[in-house]
Amino acid sequence: MAMATAHDTPRTTPARWQDFLQLMKPRVMSLVVFTALTGLVCAPGTINPILGAVAVLCIAVGAGASGALNMWYDADIDAKMRRTRGRPVPAGKVQGADALGLGVVLSLFSVMLMGVATNWLAAGLLAFTIVFYAVVYTMWLKRWTAQNIVIGGLAGALPPVIGWAAVTGTAPANAWLLCAIIFMWTPPHFWALSLYTSEDYAKAGVPMMPVVKGATSTRLQILVYSLLLIPICIAPAFTGLGGPVYLGVSALGGLVFLLLAWRLYRSHAGEAADPRNDDGLYDVRAGARDARNLFAFSILYLTLLFATLLGEHLAGVAPLELL
Amino acid sequence: MSDPNGEGDDFAKARRGRNLAIALGLVAFVIIVYAVSIIRMGGSVLERTF
Repeated sequence: MAMATAHDTPRTTPARWQDFLQLMKPRVMSLVVFTALTGLVCAPGTINPILGAVAVLCIAVGAGASGALNMWYDADIDAKMRRTRGRPVPAGKVQGADALGLGVVLSLFSVMLMGVATNWLAAGLLAFTIVFYAVVYTMWLKRWTAQNIVIGGLAGALPPVIGWAAVTGTAPANAWLLCAIIFMWTPPHFWALSLYTSEDYAKAGVPMMPVVKGATSTRLQILVYSLLLIPICIAPAFTGLGGPVYLGVSALGGLVFLLLAWRLYRSHAGEAADPRNDDGLYDVRAGARDARNLFAFSILYLTLLFATLLGEHLAGVAPLELL
Repeated sequence: MSDPNGEGDDFAKARRGRNLAIALGLVAFVIIVYAVSIIRMGGSVLERTF
């Protein structure tokens, strides 16, 4: 059981403050900050800049708290995977109980401060996101169903809605459109990654799609989700959220996304054993190159979409409202 | 430097670093709560009738 494994992890080196920072998954935090900031800037209305900064900080700390709770509970499976075995708890740098304590304390602080600084809708959404990621995804979905990252992806998709709610106190359709973009982006992104790390997931007993349904089914589902994703990514140009630059970036990037998803579908990625000896996510054997390409481009595409929205709103570019 | 717990320099250095990080975090939290309180109260704090 995860709790016992995490608590029993022997401490081999003294825990440094950097190890506790690592528990908060700073790379994930940076993406969360970026999407939350986009939601905050795109929302109609104004917010005091200091309160806006505090709201983004609360979302970042809440995401970090989720990461710490995830690393506490998942220490047993993290220890079995190349990608995650160097994390502080399985590596013996931080005790599981310390990770749990950090996660709980930061969750409470971030939610309460969000409520005091902005409003309780934003605080409630932040609390829901933390609980959804740490409990629903980590403790339940991840080990139970191949749809784990599809449903669990909601936690990663909510930060722009929280940012929006921090400004307006509401969560209208355009805020949920930003959420839908990340939600639909998550399956092709993670399944492309899991196509060339499926051995790791199988070893750890995590029912990722390639492990449960096989590589062929996973590549088909990546293609289907990609076909559903692109119209949603273009939609902000029709709903008064995105401008002409956004329309161009989302449409052209979407075409490249679909091309890479099609090439992945036609490939044999994920079907042969992976002989890698390193831990890199990007250095893969030739057969999985199509999966690697889609994984890498999916990050670039999402970043471009949100950066464009952010840039247009900061520059005062008028949205198109094509509908 | 004395080492009453016999934990070694690495542990002592790591603990100092953690303590400093917690101290900075608490100071930052106090400043943030103070700033948020002032902004949220705004001019209303001067409009008391007593």
